[in-house]
This record gives sequence, C-alpha cells and structure tokens, in this order.
Amino acid sequence: MLHFDNSMNDNIHDSTQETSPVFRTLGLTKIYEMGEVKVHALRGIDSELYAGELVVLLGASGSGKSTYMNILGGLDRPSSGEVYYGDQDLTHATESELTEYRRQHVGFVFQFYNLIPSLTAIENISIVTEISENPMHPQEALELVGLADRMDHFPSELSGGEQQRVAIARAIAKKPTVLLCDEPTGALDSETGCLVLSAIEQINKELNTTTAVITHNISIGNMADRVIHLADGQISNVEENPDKIHAKDITW
Amino acid sequence: MQRTLHGEPVKTINRKLFRDLQGTWGQALAIIMVIAAGTSTFIMSITTYDALVNTRDAYYRDYRFEDVFASLNRAPESLLEVIQSIDGVDKVESRVIASAKLTVEDFSEPILGQVVSIPDIGEPSVNRLYLLQGRFPDSVRDDEVILNEVFANAHQLVPGDSLEMIIKGRLETLRVVGIALSPEYIYQVAPGAIMPDFKRFGVMWMSRDAVGKAFDMDNAFNNIALTLQSGINAKDVIVELDLILEPYGGRDAQEREWQISHRIFKSDIDQLEQMAGMFSSIFLGVAAFLLNIVVSRLINTQREIIAALKAFGYSNFDIGLHYLGYVGIIVTIGLMTGLAAGIWLGQALSGLYMEFYRLPYMEFELRLSILTIAVLITFIAASVGTLFAVNRAVKLPPAQAMQPEPPAKFRKSMFEKLALFQSLPQMSRMIIRHLSRKPVKASLSIAGIALACAILVVGTFFRDALEFLIDIEFGLAQREDMTVVFTEPSSRNAYYNLMNMDGVLYGEIFRSVPVRLVNSHKTYLTSINGFQQEQDLHRQLNTQHQAIKIPEQGILLTDYLGEILGVNVGDEIELEILEGRRPVEKLRVAGLVNQYFGIGAYMNINSLNRMMREDDLISGVYLKIDSDYEQQIYDELKDMTRVANYESNRHIVQAFNDTSAEMVYIFVGFIFSLAVIITFGVVYNTARIALSERSRDLASLRVLGFTRGEISFILLGELVVLTLIAIPVGMLIGRILSWYMIQEIPKEIFRLPLIIEYSTYAISATVVIIASILSGLVVRNRLDHLDLISVLKTRE
Repeated sequence: MLHFDNSMNDNIHDSTQETSPVFRTLGLTKIYEMGEVKVHALRGIDSELYAGELVVLLGASGSGKSTYMNILGGLDRPSSGEVYYGDQDLTHATESELTEYRRQHVGFVFQFYNLIPSLTAIENISIVTEISENPMHPQEALELVGLADRMDHFPSELSGGEQQRVAIARAIAKKPTVLLCDEPTGALDSETGCLVLSAIEQINKELNTTTAVITHNISIGNMADRVIHLADGQISNVEENPDKIHAKDITW
Repeated sequence: MQRTLHGEPVKTINRKLFRDLQGTWGQALAIIMVIAAGTSTFIMSITTYDALVNTRDAYYRDYRFEDVFASLNRAPESLLEVIQSIDGVDKVESRVIASAKLTVEDFSEPILGQVVSIPDIGEPSVNRLYLLQGRFPDSVRDDEVILNEVFANAHQLVPGDSLEMIIKGRLETLRVVGIALSPEYIYQVAPGAIMPDFKRFGVMWMSRDAVGKAFDMDNAFNNIALTLQSGINAKDVIVELDLILEPYGGRDAQEREWQISHRIFKSDIDQLEQMAGMFSSIFLGVAAFLLNIVVSRLINTQREIIAALKAFGYSNFDIGLHYLGYVGIIVTIGLMTGLAAGIWLGQALSGLYMEFYRLPYMEFELRLSILTIAVLITFIAASVGTLFAVNRAVKLPPAQAMQPEPPAKFRKSMFEKLALFQSLPQMSRMIIRHLSRKPVKASLSIAGIALACAILVVGTFFRDALEFLIDIEFGLAQREDMTVVFTEPSSRNAYYNLMNMDGVLYGEIFRSVPVRLVNSHKTYLTSINGFQQEQDLHRQLNTQHQAIKIPEQGILLTDYLGEILGVNVGDEIELEILEGRRPVEKLRVAGLVNQYFGIGAYMNINSLNRMMREDDLISGVYLKIDSDYEQQIYDELKDMTRVANYESNRHIVQAFNDTSAEMVYIFVGFIFSLAVIITFGVVYNTARIALSERSRDLASLRVLGFTRGEISFILLGELVVLTLIAIPVGMLIGRILSWYMIQEIPKEIFRLPLIIEYSTYAISATVVIIASILSGLVVRNRLDHLDLISVLKTRE
C-alpha cells in the first residue's frame, strides 16, 4: 500500500544532498479506539524527512496529519510500523527516552499556542531553555520573532499572532533539530498568519532546522521544499517544489 | 533575574508555581482553611487532653494524692504505726472526717459541710493542700478553718470571714484563715451524691486537735489515706489494711480508682479523650479527604498545561514534583496556620479546663508525635490527591490532552425518559444531564458537602442529648423535689415527722446500703436502694420510659450496670453488703432499668431490710413539697439532728449543667466553630472548581445569547442540586457518627441517648446553605465577568 514508489523515493533522496534522513517511517499505522469504534488515523505511512528541509504536510481534517506529526515528535506512539529519528528507534523508546528526545531535539508549535498563562513571554521561553542542553538566550529567541519589546507581557496581553510568535520563539530557543508546527496559522487571519510563517521560514533558513508544517491550507505549500499530501491516513502524493516562494508573498 | 538565597536563579517553573498560587488564591485560601481547621482541631483536642492528664498526674504526685483510702468508725492513734509497717506503704495520714451542717451569711439554703482534719503541726503527708490564700490554722485555736476554694468562691468567703457550723445541735462559729485546693477534692462531691454542688456542699480543713474536740475523736481517727511505694500492688496492701481495720469498723479500703473526685474527674478526662480522639480523627480525616478531592480537581483544570510541559520535554517526574510543590506550599501554610491555631486554641481550652477544675497549675506541652501525625496525614492526603491527578493528566498522551475535550458522551438516562423530565425547561435538563453524566465527580462533591454537614451535626447534638437526658431523668424518673438523708438508718417515725411538716405534700421512703455486686470476677461497688413496690416520685423506667414496679423478689439493675457485670434478666448475682452484719446473698436479676444518669441497684425495701436482718428501717425520704414552703422546710431540716443531708433536684440539675455538661459544651463550642470553617472551605471550593471546569461551556452559551442570569442558573443550579442532595446525606452521616461517639464515650456518670433534635439538623443545614449562598455569590460575580472573547479565541 505504498503511495510513493521506490523510484520517487530515490529521486527525492538524490535531490536533497547526500544526507541520511532525519526521520524515517516504515508502515506507520495508528488506530484510536473510541469506545466501540476503531478509528484508523494512519494506514501505513512510509516517509523520510531530510535535514534542513521545510516540508509542508497538506491534508483535510481527519487525514491523519496531526497524528503523523505527533508520532514524529514523540508525543504519541504508532500502533504498528516503525519510526526512526536518525538511528534512534522512537517506536520502542521508553517514556523517559521520549521525554529526553523531546527535550533536546524537538520544537513544537501548536495551533492554539499553548502558552502558560501565568508566565510572561520571556518566561514562557525560559521554562523550556532551562531544561535543554545548549539553548539560545530567551531574549535572542524573542528577537528572532521580532517580539523583544513584548517580553514582559503575559499571554493575555498579546494578540493571537504575537502569542503564536512567542510560541515559535519558545520552540526554537532550545535550538531543536526539528521544528514541528501543527496548523500554526489555523487560528490566525491571513496577514498575521504570513508573519508567523515568515518567522518559521526564517528559522528554517538561518538555523537550518528541519521543519515540518501541518496545514490544510494549500497556499502554504508554496513555501515548502516538498509538499506531502495526506488523505485518509495515507500519503497520496509527494511534490517537489523547486520554485518555492517567500512566506510573506503567500496569500489566502 | 531573581535569585534564591543560594545564588541560583529562580527556575521559571517555580515562578509559574507562585503565579498559579496567586491566580488561585481564593481556592488556595479555602483549602488552607480546611487544613488549618482540621489540624487545629486535632492538635487542640489532643494537647488539651494531654495537658489535663499531665497536670492531673503532676498535681497528684506533687501533692501526694492518696493511693489507698479507708474509713472506719474509730481507731486509736497508736494503730497508725501498725499501718505504716505494712509492706509497700510509703506515707500514711490518719484523719478525722466528719459531716456538719453549715450556715453562711446571706445564704438560706441547706449546706452540708465536710470537715477534714489536718495535722496540728506541719502539712499533711498525704493529700497535701495547695494554699491559695491565708495560712494554716493555728493549733492552739480550735475555730480556724481552711476552705476549699470552690466552696469559698461560691459564697465569696475570704480569710477573715466567718461561718457557722452545727455540731450535735451546738452552734459554733468558725473563722476562715485560708483558702486551699486539694487533689482529693478536685470534684467536691457530697457523700452519696454523684454531682458536685459548690454552694450546698463544702469541704473544709481544721487542725486535728480542733476536729478531735468537736467530734469526740481525741487521739483517734476514722479515716486513713496512704500512698504506696512505686511498683507496689494496691490490692496486697488493701488486704492487710482491711485486716488491721476490721476490729475498728473498717469499711473496705479502696484504691484510688474508687475515690469519688478522682472517679468523676477521670470520667470527664476519659470523655474528653474520647471526644478529642473522635473529633480530631473525624476532622483530620474529613480535611484529608476534602484536600484530596480539591487538589485533584484543581490539577485537573491544568490538564492542557501539563500536556504542553510534557511536549517541551518535562518528564512526568518533573511535572509531579511541580504540582507537589504547588500543593505543598498550600498544605504547609495550612499546616502552619493549623498548628499555630491548634496550640493557641489548645492553650485557651486547657486554660478553661484548668479554671473549670480549679487546677493549681497547667502542664501544657505539644507532643512531637501528635505534630508528626498531623503533618504526615495531611501531607499524605495532599500528595495522594496530587499524584493521582497528575498521574491521570500525564497518562493522557500530550497530543490528546491538548485537543479540546471531545464532546462528552451523553446518553439518555432512565430518568430522562420520564415525562417529568421532558417537561423541564432546557436549562434544568442541562443541570441534570451534567450531573448524571459525571456521577463520580458529582458524588465526590456531594460527599464533601455532606461530610461538612455531618461534622456540624456531630458538633451540636450533644446539647440535645444532654437536655433529653435531664428531661427524662428529672422529669420522668426522679420526680421528687427534694431528697432527705438521715444520719443513720431510722424508724418510720422519722418519715412521719417529715410528713407532718408544713408544706410537705408527699413522701416516699427509701433504704440505701453500700454493696459490692459480684458476678464471677466482675465486681462493682455501688449502693442498693430499697423502695416500696409502687413509686410515684422516684421511679425506675423501662426503655419506653414507663415506670417499672419494684418486684417483691430479686433485684433491678441499671442497664449499664448489667452490662458492666455481664448479667441479664434472670441471671443470679452476688451481693456483698458493706454495712451492718455484712450479709452476702445471691439474688436473681428481675429487670434492667433504663437509666441515663448514675448507676444503681434497686429492690423491695422490705426484702432489703430482711436481708440485712434489721427492722423496718429507712435511710431517707423523697419529698414532694409546696414550693412556697421551700425556705421554711430548709430551715426546719437544718435544725433536725437526725437529718444529715437534704438536696433538691433542681440543684442537682443545675450542678450537672454547671459541671459535666459544661465540660462537654466548652469543647463542643470550639468544635462547632471549626466545623463551620471547614464547611465554608468545602462548599466554596466545590463552587469554584465547578466554575473553572465549566467556564468555557458557559461562555459559549453567553455568546449564543444566554443572559448572565441564565448561565448563573445553570452553574448555581448545579450547586443547589448538589447541596440539596448533600444535606440529607450529611444528616444521616452525622447521625451515624453521633451514634458511634455515644458508643465510645465513657458511660459511668451518664449515658447519652442518640437524640438529635430537628433544630440541630436545621442549624447544620443552615450553615451549609449560607456557605453555599456566599460561595454562589462569589461565583456569580465571576460569571458576570466571564471573558467571552478570550475563551472563544483559544478554542475552536
């Protein structure tokens, strides 16, 4: 049930420098049991993500894209199949290995920001940098997203776009190997969304962080190196995007 | 950057902790109140009990309270050496103790005085006096007395005042030279009485020489008090002492356990111990339970934040620690407050008791083990609640936890299919659905409020039970106005003399002899009262509170005495009479008497006199009098040499209210206040948590066009439903706890019936309802300021 064949796979491999993939998944499936009903969120996904690339995962709601990303990020485990981060087997990692993995390597950006309401912008970042090994200074992270002047504001005093940029700063402050963004613009208007996407793009470029952005918004695919289409728990199509455009030029 | 004392930067996660505390201060405060009330009840109760026991022990030791005592008719002073030489005896004091009628200026009622001799020179070696004012009597003067403080205070007598004593018809004037306390008379109780009466019975000390002259006891004594060397068994000494005293009319030497003051005091302390133990464990248990619920629900509201922290790479351990810290701070503040309040209240309550029992000093001390128990129980309860909630939160995969909760599964319950439900407006349906959808949560809320209501009931019911007891005992059982006791068993003439007095309406004779009741190795020392078959004034009641006829044959026992001796109706029991010819007889138990107050054995007066092989003798008469003649009767009785004592039931009830009942009320008053605090803490928390759990739904409803009043109705309606269910449940639990307390409380002086008046239930319900209304107002205020936009912005 593979949806991109070996030739395509080789093709991708060839086109993205001679590096080993950051992520590799084999036959990934995920079944949620909701009472008596079983929901097949993922139905066998084989994929690879490469260092430094910006991938957009496109799919309608219910396509399984969030589940896929949660598994990559070590927040969830597959029902079957395998997932590797470099050489590390995340499928069989213990709870504490996953925690350590998230702590050191993964930066998350969520649709609803999930800032801690009782902490200021800068504190929302330092709560993460304090537990990682080689973080940047929280203020530096805020500067990267252009919010250094709002560092002492509480989330309730920030607009939605600002909150999401703080969330991005929080995600990248630990200098993660991968940045996983789940519908980062889902709750934002087009203009603010562009600002947020620009921030993500800038991080990807400047820090060379492997970045995956989940969205149901086709336009966002334009800023990606590659676009992976998901439908019904399967990869339906993978597009190379040699003519990617700047995030600020995206409109929807 | 903020730094701690050790120079390390304050971790951001700790800053979150403090901010969260600030943000939830209302709830935190309510939890602190619950913990503080729980621990302070625990500490107050136990330290008070400890203080009383320690003080009593120290007082007994320092003032050489007798270990063994005996009374006899008359023995020469030379016998003292023989007694001193008994193995194991430490100090011995020979004394003369005699009764006399007293007159105090401005007090017209009868007073019975007990004169106790003290050595002419030096202090008594046993039962020493704690002199509060004045001095010891001068041995060359024979009219100087020291008064027991309670008696002196009751009549406001001070050194320099005088009072009159009637000895064998002679009137003597005594001068008060000192006021003292004695371990022997902590409870100053007249012989044969069970309750102290400070005004109408007084103990006083006179020099041996003076007492000897007044009562014809020169160089003789009629009472022995001694202390034992440590590790000596009192029983062995008693056997020898009885042998020595037998020829001198010795009446069974007794251990301290049987000393009346000690016995009542001990019963009070035991009662306090039981109440302290019960209340403190109930309160601490309830507080712990509530803490557990409240904490776990509070953490539940942080579910998404926990998920986010997990996503950032915080381990379950880190998160657990974080919330333990949060709860730990609340608990610590609660414990410190409770500890401080507990010590303060304990000192206040001990002080009241010290005053109440007229103890010369107070040994107040907080046992480390008590402190440790309070700290451990509270922390364990809090930690279990926290960890349980955190564990549940971290178990959920973070990805899922951050999703908005899926619409809860609703199924139509049986109830909803009823036509009644169908006819309810939509909002009422929502209330019922929400409660029935989360039955566990709803039951926990109900349990919390119900427990609060229950401790209010337990804290109040004592008054009902005590009042009921007095109503039955003095309204239905002991209906006489007055009891007259003769100096010695007398003929019927004494009865007729009383009947001829003006104002005496009716009288009933009785004969009373001291007895030891024996059933195999169970024994009990009491008196056996002989009555005529039909009693109209002084009656024995059955469980339905109906009068029982005194049987021709056999003996009636107080129900509790039957329990002590392990005998039932129809069983045989042995009677060792401790007076006259001291016959030993076996009698069948003909019935049990339902008696809440005191302990006794009852039989037909003629059978009793036959058993004693004596004539038709009476010990006293129960009288019904015309209240207009009360004073005149007192005056006449005072002058009758044959009359040893007369006391009115009114005074007994008053004395009971002033002493044992008062002891209970003081304690219960403290307890009730603490129960009120707990109630408020619980109800407020229930309301606040409901608010934080539902605010999103309610804001959505507001957006849909519901008014503030309507959403308040939904949330507060839930609180009302919970409260209304909880109150009857709480009453039931309160009744069960009260029943349990009654079982555990010492029963020797009185036995509480399980009587809880409607008013007690009403008071408890009212407190809960007021707490609900106040909490509802706070919540209502919050609901009015619900931020609709932000709620909708962060959620789809």
